[in-house]
Amino acid sequence: MIQATDEKDIEIERRFVPKAKDINDEIAWAQINKDVLRSMERPRLMYWVIFLASLALFGFGVYCEIYQYQNGMGAADLNNPQVWGWYIATFIFWIGMSHSGTLLSAILHIMHADWRKPIYRFAEAMTTFSLMTAGLFVLVHLGRVWEFYYVVAYPNERWAWPNFNSPLVWDATAIGTYLTSSIVFLYFGMIPDLAICRDNAKGVRKKFYWLLSLGWQGTDRQWANFRVAYLTVACFLIPLAVSVHSIVATDFAVSQQPGWHITSFPPYFVAGALYSGCAAIITLFIVLRYVFRFEEYMTMPILDKTCRLTFAIAMVWTYLNLVEYASVWYGDDPVAKQTLLFRATGDYATYWWAMNFLGSVVPFALAFKSLRNNIPVMLVVSLLLNLGMWLERFMIVTPTFAHGYYPWTWTDHWMPNWVQYGIVAGSFGWFSMLFMLFCKIFPTVSMYEVKEMVYHRFVARKARA
Amino acid sequence: MSLSNLIKNWSTLRVKRPYEDQYKDKDYKWAMVIDLDACTGCNACTTACYAENNLPVVGKEAFSKGQAMHWIRIERYWGEGDELPKFPDRGAQFLPMLCQQCESAPCEVVCPVGATHHTPDGLNSQVYNRCIGSRYCSANCPYKVRYFNWWQYPERAWPNPLEQQLNPDVTVRSKGVMEKCTFCVQRLVEAKNRARTEGRRVEDGEVTTACAQACPTSAITFGNLADNKSQVAKMWARQQVDLAKDKQEKSDENMRGYRIFEDLRTYPSIVYMERIRDLQA
Repeated sequence: MIQATDEKDIEIERRFVPKAKDINDEIAWAQINKDVLRSMERPRLMYWVIFLASLALFGFGVYCEIYQYQNGMGAADLNNPQVWGWYIATFIFWIGMSHSGTLLSAILHIMHADWRKPIYRFAEAMTTFSLMTAGLFVLVHLGRVWEFYYVVAYPNERWAWPNFNSPLVWDATAIGTYLTSSIVFLYFGMIPDLAICRDNAKGVRKKFYWLLSLGWQGTDRQWANFRVAYLTVACFLIPLAVSVHSIVATDFAVSQQPGWHITSFPPYFVAGALYSGCAAIITLFIVLRYVFRFEEYMTMPILDKTCRLTFAIAMVWTYLNLVEYASVWYGDDPVAKQTLLFRATGDYATYWWAMNFLGSVVPFALAFKSLRNNIPVMLVVSLLLNLGMWLERFMIVTPTFAHGYYPWTWTDHWMPNWVQYGIVAGSFGWFSMLFMLFCKIFPTVSMYEVKEMVYHRFVARKARA
Repeated sequence: MSLSNLIKNWSTLRVKRPYEDQYKDKDYKWAMVIDLDACTGCNACTTACYAENNLPVVGKEAFSKGQAMHWIRIERYWGEGDELPKFPDRGAQFLPMLCQQCESAPCEVVCPVGATHHTPDGLNSQVYNRCIGSRYCSANCPYKVRYFNWWQYPERAWPNPLEQQLNPDVTVRSKGVMEKCTFCVQRLVEAKNRARTEGRRVEDGEVTTACAQACPTSAITFGNLADNKSQVAKMWARQQVDLAKDKQEKSDENMRGYRIFEDLRTYPSIVYMERIRDLQA
């Protein structure tokens, strides 16, 4: 009787849930622990070389920031129409990078897309670190950074509040909330894995993981509570992720400048954010797979699915990009139209066309299966896509300043100087430094969830036999 | 804002600006008229402004980078199109540009800390101590008349003993804050205080801005728009410019008064009088 039910289940599974094999279901649970824990062992020489290079890059960024702090914002070669420069463009870029971690870990989690399981952990870490980087840019760009807390709505004896009409206040609130929730979510999802680390560590590390794993024993009650808590935070995080980048878009959409005052900006920004984030996930996927020998977990079918997801998002972004151009072109604002023409034909035309090519044409490489399964090609393509998305942010900020409403302030070919280059480069150093530290301290593959994937196959196979 | 305000209906706190007869019962609404036909582009107003408001002279290098601090600037426009005579047959058209003290100012909405806000007498004021230098106000200003302290100017602009020339009534701004034309608010406050002790309203001509005072051709007229008898109010009325309208209905098309970027609904407080161009000259 029991056997008959099982066969029926298998039959249903075969007919209605035809899943491509994501990972090899022959892997033993102990092997999973061993493979992931191995990635956290004493690093090789190459790790230190790359880590020190990132640290040096970050150090140079800090030097530039100190130079700018002491001399004033003029050190960054900003001027009257070009008041924001690369800082805000790169700020949006990093905020955008932070969105795909949530997409993979929260949205795909509630949609029961199992293939996310081996790769969501590092994506979630990427979210947290890129948000921290974006937060740095808010501070770097302020003229009087030592007064930054004026933006936060905190009770004070003078009852002086921030201006709640201002999108920057929404920004500060939204990013603060999102960063806190992302850290909580990343940490929540890691607790069972940290317990595994605790059980396998010695010395100081044991103490560290013992503290972090919060006395996890793997009892039924703990698992039940854990599932509820994890799902709750996931559901809380999804609207936050959408709102954060919509609010960043309102920085522009609420303002009056030509090229910014566009209603479709919030969805456009969210699509762009998911796009660049997915491209970054592909990059890190390939790097981690190679460095940690994670071929068993970060498999080609999973890369294939990530690429298809990226392609879909790229097409959404392309559509919204065209909507933006069309609504300006057919709109009744001659100034906005002229700014659009300036983008396409003026000083920044090269970057504009490069942005459109990289953002809308290059992703078609993802549509071909042979290219999707070619790892070097995918590495290059994913980096190119992110370059395109950075250029998109640059094209939003700079040309509007260069060619705004007031003809007297139209400027020639403005580009930043070494201070801005240094700080932007330093932010990449800071990000990769944090990410490398994370890889060695925390498990980059979710062990307990990979076991779940193997487990289901195991049951199904046993029933079939 | 107090605790009781937090539980109030917040929409009652929102200020709709401007509205019809907003300043009818008020004592003051500062406004200006600039006659472009009278302007010779001599830059006396700019110089006077530098002296009055402690503006630093930034030097050639910073100026060429676009980091100048002139609260009022004289813009030059050359002839455009085919039918208009151009340089050198015809000189530049001058336009003195300063903060328009908009009634519905784009900068005020976006400032995260409320460092720029509207005063009851219709000025768009800037609180330097509150400013954190996000430069969002400048990004959103269609006239680009907000100037940021890109460097720590005081030491380099007024080396000892030049700091003796500073106007004691005006703050010297440090690096990292935004500043802009204030309509010489220190003069206005002084005049208002003097009038209040004498129990009267500030009379027309009693106070004026440094630029209007220095203008050799009297192209700039400054005054109180809430006072119907003031010269500014008369000129606004004669040009049929209404403060609270974004599109003026004029009985005569040849009237010269206009406000810049009216269609952006900023409701500026400065009326420009068009230049009369003699195409044959």
